[in-house]
Order: sequence, then structure tokens, then C-alpha cells
Amino acid sequence: MDLLQNNFSTFLQGFGYTLLSSVIALVVSMILGTFFAILQILPQKWVQKVGNIYVQVFRNIPLLIITFFFFLVVAKVIPMNGFTAGTIALSLYTSAFIAETVRAGILSVNSGQMEGARANGLSFWQAMQHIVLPQAFKIALPSLGNQFINLVKNSSILAFVGGLDLMYQGNMVAANTFDTFGTYIIVALFYLVITLPLSYYMQHLERKLKHAA
Amino acid sequence: MSMIEFKNVEKYYGNFHALKNINLEIDEGETVVLIGPSGSGKSTLIRTVNGLEEIQEGQLLVNGFDLHDPKTDINRIRKNVGMVFQHFNLYDNKSTIENIMLAPRLVLKRDEAENKKMAMALLEKVGLADKAANMPSELSGGQKQRVAIARSLAMQPKALLFDEPTSALDPEMIGDVLDVMRDIAKDSSMTMLVVTHEMSFAKAVADRVIFMADGQILEDSSTEAFFNNPTEPRAQQFLSQVEHH
Ligand SMILES: Nc1ncnc2c1ncn2[C@@H]1O[C@H](COP(=O)(O)OP(=O)(O)OP(=O)(O)O)[C@@H](O)[C@H]1O
Ligand SMILES: [Mg+2]
Repeated sequence: MDLLQNNFSTFLQGFGYTLLSSVIALVVSMILGTFFAILQILPQKWVQKVGNIYVQVFRNIPLLIITFFFFLVVAKVIPMNGFTAGTIALSLYTSAFIAETVRAGILSVNSGQMEGARANGLSFWQAMQHIVLPQAFKIALPSLGNQFINLVKNSSILAFVGGLDLMYQGNMVAANTFDTFGTYIIVALFYLVITLPLSYYMQHLERKLKHAA
Repeated sequence: MSMIEFKNVEKYYGNFHALKNINLEIDEGETVVLIGPSGSGKSTLIRTVNGLEEIQEGQLLVNGFDLHDPKTDINRIRKNVGMVFQHFNLYDNKSTIENIMLAPRLVLKRDEAENKKMAMALLEKVGLADKAANMPSELSGGQKQRVAIARSLAMQPKALLFDEPTSALDPEMIGDVLDVMRDIAKDSSMTMLVVTHEMSFAKAVADRVIFMADGQILEDSSTEAFFNNPTEPRAQQFLSQVEHH
């Protein structure tokens, strides 16, 4: 308990950065992931290819390497701190998984939905926005929930590039107090403060949408 | 004036020749029934009219615009041509009334109060005013199809395409849907092209009957002439088959 009390502001700061990085990465990766999912189902073959290459690249390289790439290479050209580099890497990495999830969701929406909408006069993008994507997200929801939780946990790579997040502050506290075990228990609890409500919320959303239609 | 005009149209799926030298003219206000054996190309033909299938050769004029011309805006044609599908294709994530109101709102920018009033009137017309708030999953097949027809009508199209609108329905639901279609056909300005196996509907409502086989139009005659003395042996054979069950 002393450990927590004495280092509370440090943990809290780490918690804040982890939360901030996660929220930014969640929003950005949802937008990018949806975008690259749609690219992969457009009729033009070369557009599909672009989407597919993006997904393959970011899905198949360890997150840590993407993070170092931004922190050590890209940062030479566009100066950025560890927090920014890590959050960008986390967003791109997660977006590749979300793209796959959303693409699978879109493909499992009956093709009659798009056809009905097009025949009804809607443009491809209007049909996507109002008819296909809402149904695709609903189908993808359980899997998206997993991605979000992974995202929060994966944000711990910020610690490797001085990203000031929970894991980084935990490492500091552990080094200063020599109470490694106690420190990481506290760090784990702080992660749970984010991931547990998130996972309950996703389950709640799933139930709600199931009853809605 | 002709609403739909095929001139030497050819359609291929890969190497498969699905429509062969189609020539067909449908005037504004006409009701035309398209029949033929399974795989003859009826769906393919009807789907080319609103651009759901592309043609490879020839000219296809709809409301004066050439669908085969890359400069033609397909969305503009679809505004004027509604389609009703065998499997309804209602928006599963929208209530009945939202199914009807969505396209007029997004495409025609119809005023919201006006849109709602028109949607309710259409639901009234197809006998489903009490289902306005229901989701498609809560409707029977026949009810879904009537909502789908109302959805098409809400765009105030000049032409309506029907691809086997009653084939997926239980027998006791078919009558209600055909009644609604009969009602629409009475409107002298509406052009209708209907693929169906309901010969009684064809006899009662169609101005003309077109018989297809193997991607070709084999017969194109007035309804009376077609049913009284079909000239094509394959049409005769087809008729005797569908009328004996
Ligand atoms: N997307 C497609 N790709 C390849 N071939 C197709 C495709 N759609 C239809 N065909 C082929 O084109 C031919 C005509 O099909 P179409 O669906 O137009 O027939 P139909 O007259 O509507 O038959 P049915 O009465 O069974 O609905 C068939 O041989 C079918 O296999
Ligand atoms: Mg068919």
C-alpha cells in the first residue's frame, strides 16, 4: 500500500498517458481500418492490392519494430517524441487487424443489401455508410472488442521508447523501490481499470444490438 | 415514346454468352411480362436495365440515356427506375418506414415531413400502415415484398422492374403482392417489366409477353396472341409445362 501511496502521482501520470494513447489509437485505427477494409472490396483490382499490401505489412511485423521504425527512423525526418511514435505505430498496427475484421464483416453482409440500395438510387458510398457498414460493424463487434483490448495492452510498447505510459512509469518505480513484484501488480490493476470496463461495455453493446434487430 | 430500348445488345459472363442480340422496345406506360425457362437470361436482361449488370455490346437506352455510354451517370438512371427483387433486399438495419424514407431523403433531398407523409401513404396503399415501426425481421415474406414495392414507389420512378417478386413467397401471400402490382399497372404512366411464372397475372395485366430461351428473345407478342397461339414450339412447350401445375 505504501508503494502505491508514495508513487501515486507517477502511476496516475502513466495511467493518463496509456489512456490517452489508447483512445487516440482506437479512433485512428478504426478510421484507417475501415478505410483499408473498404479498399479491399472495391471493384478495381489495383485498389484492392493497395489495401491488401497495407494490411499484410502492418499485420505481419512485430509492433515493437514498427514502433522503433517511427522512433528511430521517421523521427529523424519528422521530429516526434516516444509517445507520438508509439501511438502512431500502435494505430497502424491495430488498424491492420481491424481492417481484416471489418472486411470479414462487410463480406458477411448479404450482397442483396448493397444491391437493393444501389437499385434504390443510393450511391456506393451512401449504401456503404447507411446500410452495409452498420451491419458489418454489428457482425464484427465481438472481434472488434478483442482488438480494442489488445490495443490497450499493446500500448505498453510505449515504455520502450520513453512514452511515459503505465508500463514506463512502472519500470521507473520498480527500479527505484526494488519492489518489482508489487509494482507490476499495481500496474496490472491499472490496466484492468481500463480493460475491464471496456470489455463489459463491448459485451453490453453486443447484447443491446442483438435485441435491436 | 420508348422508355426502354435494347439495340443489338450482347452480354457475356466471362466466356459465357448470356444475352444474344437482344432487340426490344418498351413504351412508356406499358406492362411487359418476361417469361422463359430457368437459366434463359431473364434476370440478366432485367438487371441490365438499371445497370446491375453491364452489357458488352450494343445500345441500351433507358429514359433516353444510353447505359453503355461511359458518360452516362448510372445513379441518375436508377433514380427513375425502381427494382423489386425475389428476395426483397429490404435494409435489415432499418425499420419499415425508414426503408421507404431513406433513398428519397439521401438522393432526392425530400423534405422530412413530406417524406414521412408520402411513406405513410405508401404503406397505407400496400396495406401495412400498422407495420411502420417494425423491423424487416418482424415481417412475413409477403409483407416484406409489399414494403419493398412501397420503397421503390417512394422514388416516384418512371419504370419498375420486378424479378420474380412472388417466387420466394408462400402461396397464401402471393395474392396480396400481385394485387399491389395490379394496382400499380393501372397507373397509365408507369412502365413495368415483370419476370414471373404467374401466368394468371400475365394474362390479366400484361400488354405484351416476351419469351426467352438460351439468352435469346424467341417471341415478343401481345398477351392475347401469345396465350392463344404462341408461334414458337419452345414457347408452346413452356406454356404447357407451367400451366399444368
Ligand atoms: N454472375 C454470373 N456469373 C456467371 N454466370 C452467370 C451469372 N449470373 C447468371 N449467370 C448465367 O447466365 C445464365 C442466365 O442466368 P439468369 O439468372 O439470367 O437466368 P434466369 O432466366 O433468370 O433463370 P431463373 O429462372 O432460374 O431465375 C445462366 O446460365 C446462369 O448460370
Ligand atoms: Mg432469374
